[in-house]
Amino acid sequence: MNGGGDGRSVGGVLSVDVLTHAVTEVASQVAAAAPDEPAGLLPARQQMALSLGWHIILACFGVAFPAMIFVMHLRGIRRNDPVALGLAQRWAKVSAVLFAIGAVSGTVLSFEMGLLWPGLMGKYGDVLGLPFAFEGLAFFLEAIFLGIYLYGWNRMPPKRHVLMVLPMAITGIIGAYCVLAVNAWMNVPTGFRLVDGEVTDVEPWKVLFNGHTFLQFAHMWVGAYMLAGFTIAGVYAVGMLRGRRDAHHRLGFMVPFVFASIAAVTQPFVGHVLGFGLDERQPAKLSAFELAETTESPSPLRLGGVLVDGEVKYSIDIPLLGSLIAMNSPDKPVPGLDTIPEEDHPPVNMTHLAFQTMVGIGTLLAAAVVLFWFQRRRGRDLLEKRWFLRFAAAAGPLAVIALEAGWIATEVGRQPWIVYGIMRTPEAVGDYTASLWWLLGISSVVYTGMTIGAVVVLRSMARRWRAGDVDLPSPYAPVSTGSTDGEAQR
Amino acid sequence: MSLELAVAAALFVGIIAYAVLGGADFGSGFFDLTAGSSTRGAELRTLVDHSIGPVWEANHVWLIYVLVIWWTGFPESFAAAMSTLVFPLLFALLGIVLRGASFAFRKYAATLAQARLFGIVFATSSIITPFFLGTVAGGIASGRVPLEGRGDLWASWLNPTSIFGGVIAVGTCAFLAGTFLVADAERSGQHRLAGELRVRALVVGALTGALVFAALVPIDHDAPTLAAGLEGRAAPLVVLAGLAGLATMALLWTRRYAVARITAVLAVAAVVSGWGVGQYPWLLVDEVTIADAAGARATLQGLLVAVGLAVVVVVPPLAYLFRLTQSEEWTKSSPH
Repeated sequence: MNGGGDGRSVGGVLSVDVLTHAVTEVASQVAAAAPDEPAGLLPARQQMALSLGWHIILACFGVAFPAMIFVMHLRGIRRNDPVALGLAQRWAKVSAVLFAIGAVSGTVLSFEMGLLWPGLMGKYGDVLGLPFAFEGLAFFLEAIFLGIYLYGWNRMPPKRHVLMVLPMAITGIIGAYCVLAVNAWMNVPTGFRLVDGEVTDVEPWKVLFNGHTFLQFAHMWVGAYMLAGFTIAGVYAVGMLRGRRDAHHRLGFMVPFVFASIAAVTQPFVGHVLGFGLDERQPAKLSAFELAETTESPSPLRLGGVLVDGEVKYSIDIPLLGSLIAMNSPDKPVPGLDTIPEEDHPPVNMTHLAFQTMVGIGTLLAAAVVLFWFQRRRGRDLLEKRWFLRFAAAAGPLAVIALEAGWIATEVGRQPWIVYGIMRTPEAVGDYTASLWWLLGISSVVYTGMTIGAVVVLRSMARRWRAGDVDLPSPYAPVSTGSTDGEAQR
Repeated sequence: MSLELAVAAALFVGIIAYAVLGGADFGSGFFDLTAGSSTRGAELRTLVDHSIGPVWEANHVWLIYVLVIWWTGFPESFAAAMSTLVFPLLFALLGIVLRGASFAFRKYAATLAQARLFGIVFATSSIITPFFLGTVAGGIASGRVPLEGRGDLWASWLNPTSIFGGVIAVGTCAFLAGTFLVADAERSGQHRLAGELRVRALVVGALTGALVFAALVPIDHDAPTLAAGLEGRAAPLVVLAGLAGLATMALLWTRRYAVARITAVLAVAAVVSGWGVGQYPWLLVDEVTIADAAGARATLQGLLVAVGLAVVVVVPPLAYLFRLTQSEEWTKSSPH
């Protein structure tokens, strides 16, 4: 924002106002179940949102962490660098915890596909299932090599051992691609025909290789590297802020930060290309992204703002940019919501705000890494600056928010369809009463507990490493067992 | 063999693999829970950590494999089972989540108090999970899952066949874990521990074996279709299960632990196969057959491609992992 003191205070008041309105509006859109909706729909959607939103963070680590561990481990072996080797070994242990809760939270999703959405799975299971089969294959390999890699430390020849982490980086690609193939299919259904409501002519390979998958996958994959890279780098930024400025912290910061940097500057382009043709694929989603109530030529870029009673309020409009960015044209308009039947509208405000949160944070992160590397070329190290370290520490949570927001934007923007243009979400949901809210309540407790458990364990690992423990003993090791044998110290 | 049957067979191989490999991991929770105080149980709990640590995630994937093949190959029956058996599936899921998370947490717990808490959660959830999965099998096998509409949310899994299914699942898991842990303890030179485990594995084995055969009585009334299959086509498997079980007991008794693992696997695989063959050709007993439940042919072919690929790319590394865990270097404590 520019402007003087006056402008700023007005802006402050305005933004509080906007925020309140936006929050109430979004909340009412979330909470207002249409009267003809099945009672189980909203709790089922929230349940899916909770479990998927939680898992997606760990999935990002599963996709991106192995490559970072590989680079670090390889560096340790090649240069005979104990710092790098130590970091790789610690990261492997951290990944053991993250991958375990990632595996079980991913299992939750497999169950929920059937438990919550039997209408979708019963009718379209054989259409969308094949990518999941290959994803399962990738997950299998990942779990196997995880076991080999984690327990292979000091038990295998180092040069072979380091290679054991590489398959995980590859299976992360395959697994993510396959999951995104299903999601892309939900957005752009293909590979079957509906004849009198019956599914025929199923072509599962078309689903696996549908044209829309690649870009969606690329967007998610790059996003995973941003999330994991910034988060891990942020841990070491916090360490440096606390005065731990040794080689360990610099290297621990730098490797994930390089990954995150490449991802962050690539992501705006990938995201932009992904948006091509959205006006034809899912016009309602595009209208919601851009908060286009009416079709305007050229369309403005609408920053912030909410739709209240069919009117756009509190937005900052930049003329022309909407057409340029969304349509790649100086005058082609973004389709207005008023051209789309009301019952086909997604929850507009949530989609719009989530989309802009993603874009905003993504842009900020890209700009920050450009600044960092630019300054570094000029011989200035921003790691010496506390403000940059603070920013780097925040970049992890910011990347998480951006990823969640992007996911909300695309998934909520697909509503009210579970299979776009083919099956509405209420048709897919199981036959539940409002008592399904109980499941959400219990799940919230379990996920909170799991989050706390992970944080406690990871923090205590870090504390013990700082205190000089190299090998974390078995938790029962303090008690002498009197045996002289396979007391594993890992 | 028809296309549908081939996919169903691939699905069932996954169920057997999960019951045996995943089952042994779950079963170790039984020994963990009953290992005694922190001091007394330390050695056994560390052995459990060491035994299942490298493999439990890979073994867990068999469940994902089963779910995916089921919903892709036989989508309507999947949706039907998920709709009727909501409660046991949710309870099993809760157990799966708590087991995996608390196992990972315990290994890196900083204090004994934390390790105790995570350990109790790990061990109890390891026991309840197979129980509920067993009730699911019982509900399907006793014909309580309708293809259309929703069956009874409670009676579908609170019935004699389901309860026996659940208890048998817990028993077979513990039996497998017992024989595996005895062998692991012996191989790593913990002879005293191996001796203790041997006795307990023998007791668990005797109880489970008795239970499996006792279950035939209530199943006869409660699940007539399954019972007919068990007495007919699947009878050789029932006999095999009994013989392999007895052989395992004899081998444990005579301290031939390495071989005992093989017969234990054979016994449990025979029990599980007995159920599958017993209810053939039904997918959901008395409701829909494998052939009628199958989805699109192109998808079934695709699934077989995926399964074939799995045999080529997954089985060798899996074998490598298992071989490593049995090797000298991995059995001894890790050098620093």
